[in-house]
Amino acid sequence: MKKNKSDLIRYLFFLSAILSIALIILISFFLFKEGTVIFKEVGFLNFILGKDWSPTNTPSSFGILPMILGSLYITLIAILIGGPVGIITAVFLVYYTKDKHYRFLKSIINLMAGIPSIIYGFFGMVVLVPAVRYLFPSNGNSILTAGILLSIMILPTVINLSEVAIRAVPRFYYEGALALGSSKERSIFKVVLPAAKSGVISSLILGIGRAVGETMAVVMVAGNQPRMPKGIFKGARTLTTNIVMEMSYASGVHRNALIGTAVVLFMIILIINLVFTIFKERNVNG
Amino acid sequence: MDKIMKKLIYLVASLTFASLLGIVAYIVIKGLPNLSLDLFRFNYTTENMSLVPAMITTIIITIIALIISIPIGILTAIYLVEYANKNIIMKFISIAIDTLSGIPSIIYGLFGMIFFVTYLNLGFSILAGSFTLSIMVLPLIITTTRESLLTVSDSLRQGSLALGATKVRTIFKVVLPCALPGIFSGIILSIGRIFGESAALIYTAGTVAQIPENLFSSGRTLSVHMFALSTEGLHTDKAYGTAFVLMIIILLINFLSNQVIKKISKEK
Repeated sequence: MKKNKSDLIRYLFFLSAILSIALIILISFFLFKEGTVIFKEVGFLNFILGKDWSPTNTPSSFGILPMILGSLYITLIAILIGGPVGIITAVFLVYYTKDKHYRFLKSIINLMAGIPSIIYGFFGMVVLVPAVRYLFPSNGNSILTAGILLSIMILPTVINLSEVAIRAVPRFYYEGALALGSSKERSIFKVVLPAAKSGVISSLILGIGRAVGETMAVVMVAGNQPRMPKGIFKGARTLTTNIVMEMSYASGVHRNALIGTAVVLFMIILIINLVFTIFKERNVNG
Repeated sequence: MDKIMKKLIYLVASLTFASLLGIVAYIVIKGLPNLSLDLFRFNYTTENMSLVPAMITTIIITIIALIISIPIGILTAIYLVEYANKNIIMKFISIAIDTLSGIPSIIYGLFGMIFFVTYLNLGFSILAGSFTLSIMVLPLIITTTRESLLTVSDSLRQGSLALGATKVRTIFKVVLPCALPGIFSGIILSIGRIFGESAALIYTAGTVAQIPENLFSSGRTLSVHMFALSTEGLHTDKAYGTAFVLMIIILLINFLSNQVIKKISKEK
């Protein structure tokens, strides 16, 4: 009797654990079921390479290349700024911070991770947009503004994971380099960081994932014009913002096209996750 | 050269911390003077733009989402730490959890719209929003619980088993109580996530600004309310005020979770 009861509980644990797999299958099934309709309608290649998005015109046209490029450019700016800044800040936290300051600085980073995208978006809207408008010949709602805002938003991700990777490097690498007469900075940048390479790269990959998936902050600063991006001072629309802008009034094929946009986004995120896992495992093994 | 490098490191790090403190300070300084009694009226009208209904909706959604995800998350973590051996199923479960935690909230929102709102016919409702968010925070609860279970020393488990306790009893009476602070801090983080979420809620819980009549009616959370206010552009002062309130809540949640973490590290 007792044996049966513990088997039952074990079964309950197992069911909960299996649920995560079931959820992935469920999410994929429903997204693909409704999203792939548009692939059949206009052809997958026409959908992702089409330059014209005019869902309400007759005849309508569903091409999401502008949004793919919009996401790409904005993410690129975000990681080009946020990547180096994040890695250097992680170095600072590990090698240049006294213990008593460390806890305070670390809690700032954690707070940064907890601030809602809507607050970042609002900040971007009332501070960054006017600043960019003032500094560059543009109306402020631009690829550059969104990129800068995202570069701040991905910092906690890049910093926390880079820090873990840097700390995982055996201390004697650093001390050995110092003992051989190289300076502190040289030891860090020539010995420690190369040793932490896969972990640091995986932090960048996760940062890219965050930037690609961000929605609400981007929609408030990027301009959202559904046309091919025309330079970083001009507005653009991303995959995520395409969905959130039009879903409220879309129906029929238009709705399918938006869910199709989500399918493309989902596949990009899955690929990013896969690459991330590969680098993470390499870090553990290496 | 080294001197320049060192200066650069300090410069970049100060930039990082300055940008965060700048955002917080900006919201607080601009928000505080824009707080008004109107924001805290019990009934929402297009005149007062009160945030009280949104606040109530947020609390209801948080409670329902957590009631679902806490038990499932904890049971999953227990299975992963205490039962599963390193087999293929375990590998698949880990990949599934990692994947769930990487999915952007807009995709959760869209899935919630297709599945809960349309397929299960819940409509734009508190329930549809809560279900969607319960999936979204599940990986967070699993990973924090798993980490804190892993820190419980094996000798405690063996001691309990040696005294004749069953495995299940050992887990619930010995291991879980030890891991409780860690689990608690994961739950606080989840509350923060739910309070800050907007993209996953717009197309599941909807955007109605009134206090929901029941679980099947639509309602906007504080973050969705904040989004509506700032994009409408008509009530900028109210948007600043609301941003301030949201910011204070997030700061409080963060402070709480820091206290819990501090308590954990003191005990060790």
